[in-house]
Amino acid sequence: MNGPAGNDAPAILVEDLRKSYGERAAVRGLDLAVASGRICGLIGPDGAGKTTTMRIICGLLRPDAGAVHVLGRDSAREPRAVRERLGYMPQRFSLYPDLTVAENLRFFADLFGVPAAERVTREAELMEFSRLGPFRRRRAGQLSGGMKQKLALSCTLIHTPEVLVLDEPTTGVDPVSRREFWRILRELAGRGLALLVSTPYMDEAGLCDDVVLMHEGRSIARGTPDEVAAAFPRRLLEVRGAGLPEALARLAASPRPGVKVHRYGDRLHVVHDDAAQADDVARLLAGAGVELHPVAPGIEDTFVELMAAPAGGEATP
Amino acid sequence: MSGEAAVFARGLTRRFGDFTAVESLDLEVAGGEIFGFLGANGAGKTTAIRMLCGLLPPSGGEARVAGCRVGRDTGALKRRIGYMSQRFSLYEDLTVLENLEFFGGVYGLGRAELAARADELLPRLGLDAERGRLTGSLPLGYKQRLSLGCALAHRPRVLFLDEPTGGVDPVARRGFWDLIYEQAAAGVTVFVTTHYMDEAEYCGRVSIMVQGRIVALDTPAGLKARTGGADMQDVFLRLVDA
Repeated sequence: MNGPAGNDAPAILVEDLRKSYGERAAVRGLDLAVASGRICGLIGPDGAGKTTTMRIICGLLRPDAGAVHVLGRDSAREPRAVRERLGYMPQRFSLYPDLTVAENLRFFADLFGVPAAERVTREAELMEFSRLGPFRRRRAGQLSGGMKQKLALSCTLIHTPEVLVLDEPTTGVDPVSRREFWRILRELAGRGLALLVSTPYMDEAGLCDDVVLMHEGRSIARGTPDEVAAAFPRRLLEVRGAGLPEALARLAASPRPGVKVHRYGDRLHVVHDDAAQADDVARLLAGAGVELHPVAPGIEDTFVELMAAPAGGEATP
Repeated sequence: MSGEAAVFARGLTRRFGDFTAVESLDLEVAGGEIFGFLGANGAGKTTAIRMLCGLLPPSGGEARVAGCRVGRDTGALKRRIGYMSQRFSLYEDLTVLENLEFFGGVYGLGRAELAARADELLPRLGLDAERGRLTGSLPLGYKQRLSLGCALAHRPRVLFLDEPTGGVDPVARRGFWDLIYEQAAAGVTVFVTTHYMDEAEYCGRVSIMVQGRIVALDTPAGLKARTGGADMQDVFLRLVDA
């Protein structure tokens, strides 16, 4: 029995997915759809259920309940068929440190049964694409963190998958290499691949077409990055200036009901609900040597507000 | 900067054979400052930190950390600094209190002193109710706070944090940084290395290292103004990828 397989069907479709490990529920009713040509970010802290979700999508783990389809095939029933058309890069991708860049690619080509005739072209293409060509004879163990990630991605792409599932590919990678990595992901989406990418870092949300904020096994918000930021249900006031310590002291000395204060280095964010509260805070801070401005919320602000919200709620545009 | 800097380096250099990992590093970080030490992979950050923590002798230049001469007063230096890494090493089958006592004990704290320090630290870390719990059963955010507590048990004057909040949820991260601000206000100097530019935004001043040298050092606001970057991510890319 196949799931939806029409042209309009998403490349990855997850419906009411549930998975527990003994007593501990890792995924509790997750819905997710990724269309071809788009990058979907699965964003949440460690323990949110991102890896479990990905392993189920790849057919490596059986769900307790719910349905998962990749290109119309059921991941639980036809894991082999799914994996033929899907590339999965786990968090700790095993490259062979003693093999060179080219040898690692060759190894994965053999593993995936890439025909010899195709292999040479494919390897050349991937070297070019990942800009690893000049390093083809370098041992994988001697590559920088960013280059290792690019090689792992190239190995994941060796069998020309249509769907890519990448588990925290940029964790521990410096900003320059991360930008390069995201450039490659964008190019892959441009070629029509569907990408599901997990990250614990809220600032990578803006690089995705769609995001799903995941917390304790559930989605707490989903949509485009702008939509998710706009799902922030409250208002933000930014406080900055030389009098920041004084402002902090005053806010701490007279806490206002429903008003939250977060410090970010040289500024404060005051979370509130209405103009009356904003005026009240402005009066409290008058003469403290700070300026107050309303600011637009980011993904992280949404995450923080919604993760504190009662379970079961989800913000959708 | 008047008085003695908590972290001071002049011309600090480290070579490995022909390769110069850190080239003539100059740095002055005041007591109670939160300083971000940034750079790309391979820029020399780890080598610099290892020298400042007394784990690697310099090839040239001089440095003082918490009043100790780097490369000379190594024993005293280690007692005056704390170190916490993202891959913190807590004992999972010890309780919260036992971990704290273990790490404090390693630094030579006596029984009575350890008990007093635990009573002081655990409530502040929000871990008082968990003191008898097995560490392995704690959520990541709690482990991270405990790890911070272990690094603080011996009252270090300088605290080194290596990507301290990787992987935790944003609420836990904010809570963690509130603790860091509290320590800084109490005079502890906090030296943070991270790849995550939102953590850089939390710092008072940051330096950016490229190929063994510091190419910029200022407040986040100052760096944004100077480079025209919208945020620290942008600043970093402009300086490192130049």
